[in-house]
Amino acid sequence: MARYDRAITVFSPDGHLFQVEYAMEAVRKGNAAVGVRGTDTVVLGVEKKSTPKLQDSRSVRKIVNLDDHIALACAGLKADARVLVNKARIECQSHKLTVEDPVTVEYITRYIAGLQQKYTQSGGVRPFGLSTLIIGFDPHTGVPSLYQTDPSGTFSAWKANATGRNSNSIREFLEKNYKETSGQETVKLAIRALLEVVESGGKNIEVALMTKEHGLRQLEEAEIDAVVAEIEAEKAAAEAAKKAQPKET
Amino acid sequence: MECVFGMVGNGFSLVVADSSAVHSILVHKSNEDKIMILDSHKLMGASGEAGDRAQFTEYVQKNVALYQFRNGIPLTTAAAANFTRGELATALRKNPYMVNIILAGYDKETGPSLYYIDYIATLHKVDKAAFGYGSYFSLAMMDRHYRKDMTVEEAVDLADKCILEIRSRLVVAPPNFVIKIVDKDGAREYAWRESVKDAPVSTS
Repeated sequence: MARYDRAITVFSPDGHLFQVEYAMEAVRKGNAAVGVRGTDTVVLGVEKKSTPKLQDSRSVRKIVNLDDHIALACAGLKADARVLVNKARIECQSHKLTVEDPVTVEYITRYIAGLQQKYTQSGGVRPFGLSTLIIGFDPHTGVPSLYQTDPSGTFSAWKANATGRNSNSIREFLEKNYKETSGQETVKLAIRALLEVVESGGKNIEVALMTKEHGLRQLEEAEIDAVVAEIEAEKAAAEAAKKAQPKET
Repeated sequence: MECVFGMVGNGFSLVVADSSAVHSILVHKSNEDKIMILDSHKLMGASGEAGDRAQFTEYVQKNVALYQFRNGIPLTTAAAANFTRGELATALRKNPYMVNIILAGYDKETGPSLYYIDYIATLHKVDKAAFGYGSYFSLAMMDRHYRKDMTVEEAVDLADKCILEIRSRLVVAPPNFVIKIVDKDGAREYAWRESVKDAPVSTS
């Protein structure tokens, strides 16, 4: 085993590219990130591990915009993310310059995934240690989309997905509870999903939503706290209802 | 016979450009927009080689947008002007862009500003500027009537005086002009001055 995991360009006898798999491990250690697609809104939520007291939290933005109508969140190596985001931003403008049209969400996802794949098939480099969640609206049809890429360079579209720490639990929750939502309901669903694995509170999550008209909007801590309070109240009410049930027979 | 000119007023900058797209003796269209809106608070009026004009102004516009995405805040007008000049200077001794530019912008801290950038990468911060054969007339009119801190009405009135001079004195005067303005509320089209109307073209 040990001989096949050094260089990226070497397959192991049972068909694994170990460097790519180790990159996915790095992703699994990164903060949880969740994305939910609604009918008119797409939401990204990211776990914020406790910010050191002296750090200026405004300089650590985890949800970034690539263009007016596309945003990205990721889990994994944040420095690698900076490189990828920079290249993607350039590509968004370059595309507009050459074909006078903004990129579609699928195009830029394919571009980012293509970059990630390139680094799994070159000598002397290592793969990007991050998975991205990309949200946006089609510039012509206005249809919202959510895509995910991973270190191997594969990508696909999702109604809702999670990556990073405990992504399996979040994905399970989403599979059980996903339904078509719009506006504030989509935000609530995303925050509920994230709260499955994150300590509750506006301090520990960063949420941003994107709409066709207003582009990307980061939610203030107070707004997030308000939604969290709503969710907790609903949970408490559901618990109380469950406890009341057996007595009624 | 392209004419582009501009001036700074009280809390705003104005750029006026003719709208003829000409090739030798043929006028392709008379409603060509030569003033590009770079971002929310910047205008770039350009004249010169048609291909270079479109190509270069779009290139600057996309780079200004990229800066904003990368850094979270927009470029100042001065920074955009210096970037534009830098690009022209770099290309000058290899493959020069034959474009003359009047860059107008509004910054919250410093107010309105106007920059004269010619095709050999000269950069001047000015109160009034003009390019083309029309500049002989518009510069003279502005020298005579321009005052600092004019209102929008006074500035547009002066622009109209310049347009009248150009129309009456330039041998192949462009028939139509577009006026764009930038102030604290942003960059936008102010008005057209048309003496010849093109047949309507279906929008692409």
